Amino acid sequence: MDKLAMGGYGVYVWSCFGLTLAIVIVNEWRARHRHRIELRDIEVRIKAMEARQ
Amino acid sequence: MTVGNVTTPGLIAGLLGTAQRDLLLVWKRPGDVLNPLFFFAMVCTLFPLAVGPSVEQLEFAGPGVLWVAALLAMLLSLNSLFLSDFEDGSLEQLLLSPQPLVLLALGKTFAHWLTSGLPLVILSPLLAVAFRMPGETIGVLMATLALGTISLSLLGSVGAALTVGLHRGTALLSLLTLPLAMPVLIFGARTVSLAASGDLYSMGIYALAAYAVGALSLAPFATAAALRISNE
Amino acid sequence: MWTFFHKLASPPHFYRLAKTLIPWFAVPGYLLLVYGTYAGLFLAPPDYQQGDAFRIIYVHVPAAYLSMMAYMILAVAGGIGLIWRMKLAHAVAASAAPIGASFTFLALATGSIWGRPMWGTWWEWTDPRLMSELILLFLYFGYMALRGAIDDTAKADKASAVLALVGAVNVPIIHFSVEWWSSLHQGPTLVREGGPAMDTAMLYPLLAMIFGFTFVFGAMLLRRIRTEVLHRERRTRWVKDLVLAD
Repeated sequence: MDKLAMGGYGVYVWSCFGLTLAIVIVNEWRARHRHRIELRDIEVRIKAMEARQ
Repeated sequence: MTVGNVTTPGLIAGLLGTAQRDLLLVWKRPGDVLNPLFFFAMVCTLFPLAVGPSVEQLEFAGPGVLWVAALLAMLLSLNSLFLSDFEDGSLEQLLLSPQPLVLLALGKTFAHWLTSGLPLVILSPLLAVAFRMPGETIGVLMATLALGTISLSLLGSVGAALTVGLHRGTALLSLLTLPLAMPVLIFGARTVSLAASGDLYSMGIYALAAYAVGALSLAPFATAAALRISNE
Repeated sequence: MWTFFHKLASPPHFYRLAKTLIPWFAVPGYLLLVYGTYAGLFLAPPDYQQGDAFRIIYVHVPAAYLSMMAYMILAVAGGIGLIWRMKLAHAVAASAAPIGASFTFLALATGSIWGRPMWGTWWEWTDPRLMSELILLFLYFGYMALRGAIDDTAKADKASAVLALVGAVNVPIIHFSVEWWSSLHQGPTLVREGGPAMDTAMLYPLLAMIFGFTFVFGAMLLRRIRTEVLHRERRTRWVKDLVLAD
């Protein structure tokens, strides 16, 4: 427990590491999410074009 | 020197011709020059109104206020640098001309400096006196503004060329140009402050001169490339 | 040599290659980050001046380094795209911008949080590094705004490449001018240059974090480039075949 307090700087140290984790997660999630959306959009477009033919 | 089939006198004629044409256009519409100047004077008036009329504060804030106001006034005038030429199609004529586009871009930038940078330099002593700036410092202010506005015209011409013809181009132009203009602002305003407090300021003048030379040799190429891209 | 580059730059080939490459970046990257975070937080001894607050260095320095590196990638890729008309290079530049901007924000935020216990203020104007980082963030905003304002992809690519190159030339000048500006008031800085050499127990976690973040950045970049390539090639035969095959 003592170690987690970081000599009184716990708030600052943990908020920095937490923010870093958040940014890494958001970056990873955004990249995957955008890829899925792109694939879905292309599929929808192709299906729509085939339906018209 | 020959570029393509245009000889040196032809090249210079092209540069001066473009500049002369722009100056003539401004002569017919003096508002383009006067509006940024009024803007400059008004922004300089805003600060004492907001901060208070104490002489000490005015002396302290003067260099920074004058420089920020000059920077904003330059931005204001940049918007129209290529806009009217873009709208009436004469920009396309420039792109098709046998002259190298770099020189034509330089000519237009030179005209822009003559009609917006130079008037600011000339007007600045008037406002500097109002900010209680001593005579020698006013000389330094005019020198920094002269060198700095050259860099700002060149830098701004790149931004103006990139944003010409875009919707909401004005806000975008400021967003692109302001971060790039920060070194000029830092060197300009800090040099005047150093001069005002009697410190050594030559370093700032050298930095401004070096920046202006660098911008003069690089920016026209970027402007020319940007104009080609914007007109595709 | 040239055929290799041509093959590399062909969108379908790169799309497949990137997929196989991503784990090779992501796995070592995240392993290094896990080790670096644990060692940085618990194994490294506290700094003799800053105590445990110095541990913020393990996220602040890699973020600041990535923010600069991403801008350089942006400018170099833009330059390659302009000169050799390589479409893939523009996709790289477009993908690097949002990741770079997010790490620039991280460097600013962690620097500011670190400054609070060290300087007693969230924002110390005299620190030249934070100021340069802020201007870099503005440069990213300008770059992304210009990209967003132009509808035509090819035109947006070229225009933003010109802007990135002009920005890259200016980055060292901005750094120098801000350094000169702040040197007029002697101020404290977070990361000491030329100070006493770092203890290896402090240094190894930092190196692990820097390399870890570089690899993770590589994986994120490759992932985004794949999406970008897919979007740009959405009307081609190979994308159609690829989507229908799934």
